[in-house]
Amino acid sequence: MAAYLLRRLIQSALILLGVSFITFFLLYVLPADPVRQIAGRSATAETVENIRQQLGLDKPFIVQYARYLGGLVQGDMGRSYLQKTEVAELIWSRLPATLLLMFGAILCELVLGLTMGIIAALWRGRAVDQVLMVTSFVTVSAPQFVVSLLLLYVFAVKLGWFPIGGYGTFAHLVLPAVTLGILGSGWYSRMMRSSMIDVLRADYIRTARAKGLGRARIVLRHALPNAILPVIAMIGIDIGIFMGGIVVVESVFGWPGIGQLAWQAIQRVDIPIIMGVTLVSAFAIVLGNLLADLVAPWIDPRIKLR
Amino acid sequence: MKKLLASTAVMLALSLPALAQDYTPDPAAKAGGSITITYKDDVATLDPAIGYDWQNWSMIKSLFDGLMDYVPGTTELRPGLAESYEISPDGLTYTFKLRAGVKFHNGREMTAEDVKYSLDRVTNPATQSPGAGFFGAIAGFDAAGEGGLSGVEVVDPLTVKITLSRPDATFLHVMALNFASVVPKEAVDEAGADFGKKPVGTGAFKLAEWTLGQRLVFEKNADYWRAGVPFLDSVVFEVGQEPVVALLRLQNGEVDVPGDGIPPAKFTEVMGDPAQAARVVQGGQLHTGYITLNVGIAPFDKLEVRKAVNMAINKERITQIINGRAVPATQPLPPSMPGYTEGYAGYAYDPEGAKALLAEAGLADGFETDLYVMNTDPNPRIAQAIQQDLAAIGITANIQNLAQANVIEAGGAGTAPMIWSGGMGWIADFPDPSNFYGPILGCAGAAEGGWNWSKFCDEALDAKAIEADSMFDPAQAADRLKLWSDVYVGVMEQAPWIPVFNEERYTMKSERMGGEDALYVDPVSIPVNYDYVWVKQ
Repeated sequence: MAAYLLRRLIQSALILLGVSFITFFLLYVLPADPVRQIAGRSATAETVENIRQQLGLDKPFIVQYARYLGGLVQGDMGRSYLQKTEVAELIWSRLPATLLLMFGAILCELVLGLTMGIIAALWRGRAVDQVLMVTSFVTVSAPQFVVSLLLLYVFAVKLGWFPIGGYGTFAHLVLPAVTLGILGSGWYSRMMRSSMIDVLRADYIRTARAKGLGRARIVLRHALPNAILPVIAMIGIDIGIFMGGIVVVESVFGWPGIGQLAWQAIQRVDIPIIMGVTLVSAFAIVLGNLLADLVAPWIDPRIKLR
Repeated sequence: MKKLLASTAVMLALSLPALAQDYTPDPAAKAGGSITITYKDDVATLDPAIGYDWQNWSMIKSLFDGLMDYVPGTTELRPGLAESYEISPDGLTYTFKLRAGVKFHNGREMTAEDVKYSLDRVTNPATQSPGAGFFGAIAGFDAAGEGGLSGVEVVDPLTVKITLSRPDATFLHVMALNFASVVPKEAVDEAGADFGKKPVGTGAFKLAEWTLGQRLVFEKNADYWRAGVPFLDSVVFEVGQEPVVALLRLQNGEVDVPGDGIPPAKFTEVMGDPAQAARVVQGGQLHTGYITLNVGIAPFDKLEVRKAVNMAINKERITQIINGRAVPATQPLPPSMPGYTEGYAGYAYDPEGAKALLAEAGLADGFETDLYVMNTDPNPRIAQAIQQDLAAIGITANIQNLAQANVIEAGGAGTAPMIWSGGMGWIADFPDPSNFYGPILGCAGAAEGGWNWSKFCDEALDAKAIEADSMFDPAQAADRLKLWSDVYVGVMEQAPWIPVFNEERYTMKSERMGGEDALYVDPVSIPVNYDYVWVKQ
């Protein structure tokens, strides 16, 4: 176990190193000059060069990257080019909102997705299955902006059940989390359905049935724990997606998450912020996957970590 | 990009009494209350040397003061922290007398040393101010650095003498820019690079709270040196708010002014409802949207071709794409800018004439080119309209839909044959015609990386522009504007641009907001002048 963990941690570090290198390189070759954004439209060529030098952007790629990495290992993510604030502070200030929305959204996805998936599997081929599968197809392909605005309009503006966007209380969390839950539930329901169908065909389910166990007990005690494994892996990936930011939903609900920070930074080539958010999100994906793999043997003892 | 605007005449005077009369705030105004403003984008910084965005420009105006200021709701200069000033007969020396007893938010009294420190700071390359270039006329600017500006001298604690290396008719406007705000050295030293998050000024409001990515709260400066203002106890800015949602919240009574304006998708609906339309204030804006034609790329090196594409564009139809929130343009300057040439028709829409000109240039069969455009609505739709207009005279324009930074890069590098300026268009920094020339039409801006995306450079016009800007004497103001008018007509004769439209501004406010309409389309403080507006209950 310890050896496995060590190996995985080293792998993770290498993955993050790779991500940082690729992102840094892409930003380096990007045909957009951050210095011009800083210098403003009336700047002379001298001013531009001067700023380039101060930021070390006149140095060769490898030197710039080494410097960035050097800062990073000391916990320094640099300062935003345009805001002049520490990137760590900017990301840190948005982390609570990001995490909260992530947990809320994944919870909604699971509740909706798993319920739909199990029901569809149990009544496979029937009308209810077809309706649910069409529904999940619609939700995953629905435009985020429209769904968010629609829910906001109906439940906050018209019915007044929730605040019109914002952050702070549990009531603020409900609509964005439900929106993301609806939009993402389709993936989970489809995965749950196919995994459940496989499990329901297995011998041990037939045995359980032959023993005369009740249907609810068979599904919840025997089928579900076995069918849920792929779902766990998917949560790991989901965590990363949410940590990378959910720009549209955040902006409609005025949710101060990482997505808006990243989006604005991309618009203005604020490289330290883009790097910071990318790394945090990559870290979350790596961590999410690692956790999913660690949880798997606990759910299914047949899995051994080697 | 920073957006700043204005609407009337340029003021210039040799001594104070000739200046605009000071402003009398609304006698019906009530003190107290709080308002909520929303923005989609986060506020990057409140450091007056750095801030150059749509959102923070007016916020910085309320936190800080400069030597000069504008009469609220107008573009008329009035003294700010300077009580009076004198200009030497050669126009090279400005002596400012400061107001006594003005205090920074930290309680310390402002002196001439602070003025010098602030100007030294903004021009020091280490500060990386996007506004440093505006101070180019001050003596010693080229050597600016740790040692400061040799042209700025402290005569006594309440007198500052600024020496210029060349006469500059726009200098008083420059001293009214946010970049010229006076900041206290000790607060800057203490906060270091975080001064933009911990601003200390002399303004009508002080920063009370800043929750990153969520909201900022400005609190009334009870010791403000202008008597009687501000009226509001506080102003709350909520950021990260989608404009459509901001409008819904305004309708629900939660927001007082949506800082990003009325979203295009909702504009017709709002204006069609009398109750809502009554709360919309309309005003001019010193903005021009244009298409640059790169004179270095064939076939735009031919004057006939540039004229032909000018005649091919149906500007009326393009203004309809943005709900008619603009007027078709004939020249680089917007109509409300001093120096605008009344009665100049420019190139009227005439596709047949355009075809004939193309044929004259030997391009009867048209040609293929690229049109660069920023990828946010409504710019791609405008680009499509331009594409159709060009197709009608046989030109195939391939649209390059890119992020802002990439369009700016292509424009600066000179690789883009045509660029639609939408989203990056020129909005004046201060209400003077010179502000529309140098960086975007002059030879200096045509260098690699500059904002003159046409790469147009006419030395004779440049010489005229320099001549105009040396006419600092107010007695010459009319001649100076005439000269500027000649410069822009001269530009149009060579057609490096297609001026397309001048945007109009629409500010929506909640029912409880008080104060004259001009404060809601203030040319300098956008969306509203926080120092002078008030709430009814």
